[in-house]
Amino acid sequence: MRKYVIGGFIIAIVIIYIIRLLNLQVLDNSFKDEADSNAFLRKAIYPSRGVIYDRNGNVVVFNRPAYDIMLIPRDVKQFDTLDFCHTLGITREQFENRMRDLKDKRLNPGYSSYSPQTFMTQLSAEDYGKLQEKMYRYPGFFIQKRILREYNYHCAANVLGNIREVSQADIDRDSYYSRGDMTGDLGVEKSYEKFLRGIKGEEVLIRDARGKIQGRYEDGAFDRKAVSGKNLKLSIDIGLQQFAESLMMNKKGAVVAIEPTTGEVLALVTGPSYDPSLLVGRQRGKNYAALAKDWRRPLLDRSVMGAYPPGSTFKPTQGLILLQEGIVTLGTSYPCSRGYVNSGLRVGCHPHASPIALKPALQTSCNAYFCWGFKSMIDRKSKYGSVAKAFEVWKNYLVSFGYGYKLGIDLPSESRGFLPNSKSYDGWYGEGRWSANSIISVSIGQGEILATPLQIANLSATIANRGWYITPHVVKEIQDTVISDDYKKRHEPAINRAHYESVAEGMRMAVLGGTCKGANLSDIEVCGKTGTAQNPHGADHSAFMGFAPYHNPRIAVAVYVENAGYGAAFGVPIGSLVIERYLKGHISPERQHVLQNMLHTSTIPNSEPKKR
Amino acid sequence: MCCRTCYTHLLSQTVNQRNDNISVFRYIDWFTVALYLLLITAGVFSIYAASYDFDHASLLDNSEFSGKQIRWIGMALGLAVVILLFDAKIFDIYAYPIYAIVTFIMLITIFVAPDIKGSHSWLVFGPLRFQPAEFGKAATALALAKLFSGYGFTLNACRKNYMYALGLIFLPVLLIIAQRETGSALAYLSLFMVLYREGMSGLILLAALCAVVFFVVALKYAGTLFLGITCGEAVVFGLIMIIMVCMMAVYCRQMEGARNLFLAYAGSFIVVLTLSAFGINVPGMAYFIIAILAGCVYCGFLAMHSRARNLYITIGAALVSVVFLFSVNYAFSKVLQPHQQQRILVTLGIEQDVLGAGYNVNQSRIAIGSGGIAGKGFLNGTQTKLKYVPEQHTDFIFCTVGEEQGFLGSTALLLVFLILILRIMFIAERQPSTFGRVYSYCVASYFMFHLAINVGMVIGLCPVIGIPLPFFSYGGSSLWSFTILLFICLRIDASRREHLTY
Repeated sequence: MRKYVIGGFIIAIVIIYIIRLLNLQVLDNSFKDEADSNAFLRKAIYPSRGVIYDRNGNVVVFNRPAYDIMLIPRDVKQFDTLDFCHTLGITREQFENRMRDLKDKRLNPGYSSYSPQTFMTQLSAEDYGKLQEKMYRYPGFFIQKRILREYNYHCAANVLGNIREVSQADIDRDSYYSRGDMTGDLGVEKSYEKFLRGIKGEEVLIRDARGKIQGRYEDGAFDRKAVSGKNLKLSIDIGLQQFAESLMMNKKGAVVAIEPTTGEVLALVTGPSYDPSLLVGRQRGKNYAALAKDWRRPLLDRSVMGAYPPGSTFKPTQGLILLQEGIVTLGTSYPCSRGYVNSGLRVGCHPHASPIALKPALQTSCNAYFCWGFKSMIDRKSKYGSVAKAFEVWKNYLVSFGYGYKLGIDLPSESRGFLPNSKSYDGWYGEGRWSANSIISVSIGQGEILATPLQIANLSATIANRGWYITPHVVKEIQDTVISDDYKKRHEPAINRAHYESVAEGMRMAVLGGTCKGANLSDIEVCGKTGTAQNPHGADHSAFMGFAPYHNPRIAVAVYVENAGYGAAFGVPIGSLVIERYLKGHISPERQHVLQNMLHTSTIPNSEPKKR
Repeated sequence: MCCRTCYTHLLSQTVNQRNDNISVFRYIDWFTVALYLLLITAGVFSIYAASYDFDHASLLDNSEFSGKQIRWIGMALGLAVVILLFDAKIFDIYAYPIYAIVTFIMLITIFVAPDIKGSHSWLVFGPLRFQPAEFGKAATALALAKLFSGYGFTLNACRKNYMYALGLIFLPVLLIIAQRETGSALAYLSLFMVLYREGMSGLILLAALCAVVFFVVALKYAGTLFLGITCGEAVVFGLIMIIMVCMMAVYCRQMEGARNLFLAYAGSFIVVLTLSAFGINVPGMAYFIIAILAGCVYCGFLAMHSRARNLYITIGAALVSVVFLFSVNYAFSKVLQPHQQQRILVTLGIEQDVLGAGYNVNQSRIAIGSGGIAGKGFLNGTQTKLKYVPEQHTDFIFCTVGEEQGFLGSTALLLVFLILILRIMFIAERQPSTFGRVYSYCVASYFMFHLAINVGMVIGLCPVIGIPLPFFSYGGSSLWSFTILLFICLRIDASRREHLTY
């Protein structure tokens, strides 16, 4: 009996162990990966990141190699310290201080005598050359090559973006990355990351438990070559960009310039901006934190992320919709007695002839005309059945112009602006308990309506094209790749071409003898529309949208300057300067005073306004 | 009477002298010898694989562990032949003197051995060094066998016999602990299996098993709460209840009482669970203690009626278990050294410490786990080759097998060992003499212990206790020790028929 107990005991143990082995070796696969990551050092070979050119082939962003001196403390042996310091151009004390700081767990929490530590970063190419010859004399030290981005023009930070080290979240999201990799942050560096980064190569090395490399696995049979990143050609004209940025210096706001026929963005300016080379290399963290803390919010790309009331720049859309819906004809006139007055409601206007038809209304930016037009459309139950239905028709036109939704520019974090729909009004006022008068301010681009400067510029391009637009984009070409069809397709709002001609004529009249007189250039036929947007943050925003030339336009612009007063004060001069600079290449002498005035005026208070 | 003994003695001697070589090699258990040769050969290849160096590699190179091991094996085989040439009676006659000498050497070792990795267990003679503790195993086995084969000796006859047996076992254990080689000392405890075979009460082994299980469960599930006490404590209380019921049923043969106790426990437990499900929390500690005490009172009541002594033992077992449970935490935090606590916690999977105490275990698990079904192939293991597993050619040799030969190879190795152990037990059972049987059981017990602990530690089921895998781990002392153990057993077995000749 007892021999069976003993025999059974050992048999049971062996069976338990076999089950355990089955579990470890056959059912659980995680150990294989761990074993591989133990034994194989997959050393990444970093590809060079794609170079970025502007539309004229100027190099905007390129790579500069930088060299870091690293050391593995355990492997450091006796060496000629003096010679080492001499080669690097540092003093003995500096060397000793650095070595002490390295080992200080407080200053360098990641310190381990087994792992590579950075001794000095960003060696110049000459120092690198000098040091490389002597490297064998300094056991434990080695040189690590890194890529830094270099910016030829200190502008367009919002378009270009920058690169940063990947975070854990990036690694979790995309298995391509591993710790220490660089990835694009903001701008095209982010949105075209997959093209710019190229494909990492890999060298498989065998590594023992001490971390010592024992050789190449299977003589490099599993190694992969790195594939360089693709170069980008931006649609941005870097000269124009620089020029427009200088105009926006010390102003909050944005300038967007688009080539209407292609949808290519010629300049995309946000103010205030910053020098992209601030976010390179060792100083990146510090500078980034300073930018993020700045109350003027330079990291916010106002051109695509800022949502503003479009103000009177909205009026051309109203003209188009009213004409298309047959609410007005070119001959229809509405009275304006220094404003729109109806059932106790008053929307002010400035003095001009009355009654007034569409084209002069655009020319003088008459509020009353567009209020009356809006009222007769929204309240026309005979045509639409109800206020809500009429409003939906109205809203759908605006959506087709690109308002209310992201246009789809190839930059991260675009804002969609805001368009209310009838449901939201039903919610606020109660179903059927609102009418045109309740929401009259939307007809002049105020109230709930919000648009990004990009959307305003896109409207300008649509009118310039007399009826269609191509989604604005900042990248013109990708090396060896065809750009997305989204940036080739025409979007056509359902409005007759003839109506665009009428609106364009109105805008031309505004430049010749209306609100945009400041944009009247002697040799270029500019069309434009000002905007003066009331807002809850202080003085009115100054806005301008326009295109030129009148016939076969080559540039459409939108300018938006926060809290700068009338549209004519900042919007018109900046917009006209951008147009002139792009079409002629220079600013004519008689307009130099306008240029100087814009360059040297600031609309930003010197310090952060007190929070109310 | 006296003459007859002398005569038979003479007769057997003459028979031996005449047929010695022939009978030994005719009656030796060749099956076991084949298993032995299979294991040592596989062992050499494993050591070669474990210590394989990319730059220079030769199986026979004397500077390599495998080459050295082959020399050890050569000498071990010589030793085996010498043992086979001895008269089987020698071991019987000289059992105590051998025990005395080896024990004396172990005593000296404590004082003269140099410090090697913290233990004073190695005697060094120039280039050679060996561990007397390894040879103590055979000596202790012989002495124990001699004790049991004494005329009319029965373990349970009187308490003094237990003292003798335990004394024989614990003397070397104490000496080895003094040498700071705790792992080897623990191997001697496997001889309790032999005591069990020779009549010791199974309750003692059951108690030991319960102690280990209670200890592990109480510590492993100390993190979560159940009814206001830790899950571990709750589970142990539950186990105590189950053991009480089982002991009443099987050991005391009180089926009715066991049924009543079971129904009472199950019923009250369900009531407590239901109450707690409705948010009324019964204090768990109070419930379990009251339930177990009530069970004990019930047992006592039955015992008074039926006069069954076993019921008192059941009560005692239950109470001791409860006391043991309370002392586990105390013992763990107060008695054990921090590094021992650490090893135990890591082994139980309570702590993940892959860079510190758990490094060995984690790396060996990775190595084995990466082997897959069929393994990576001989010399293709990356983990052991690249020295990720420490002590891979000695205590952690099983890793190499697991990684390179996979599930099939490691299972096959376990089965070969199992067959060897069962074969030794089979040999033990066919011995006509108590001496042969007890000795063979000792051998089987040592093998069982080494296999269970060594493999268990490598696959992460036991704490890391540094003892070798017989015939596989590199090292002359352990190889010789197990060879001697096994071949004395075979030599005694080969002479089993001599008892039948007269």
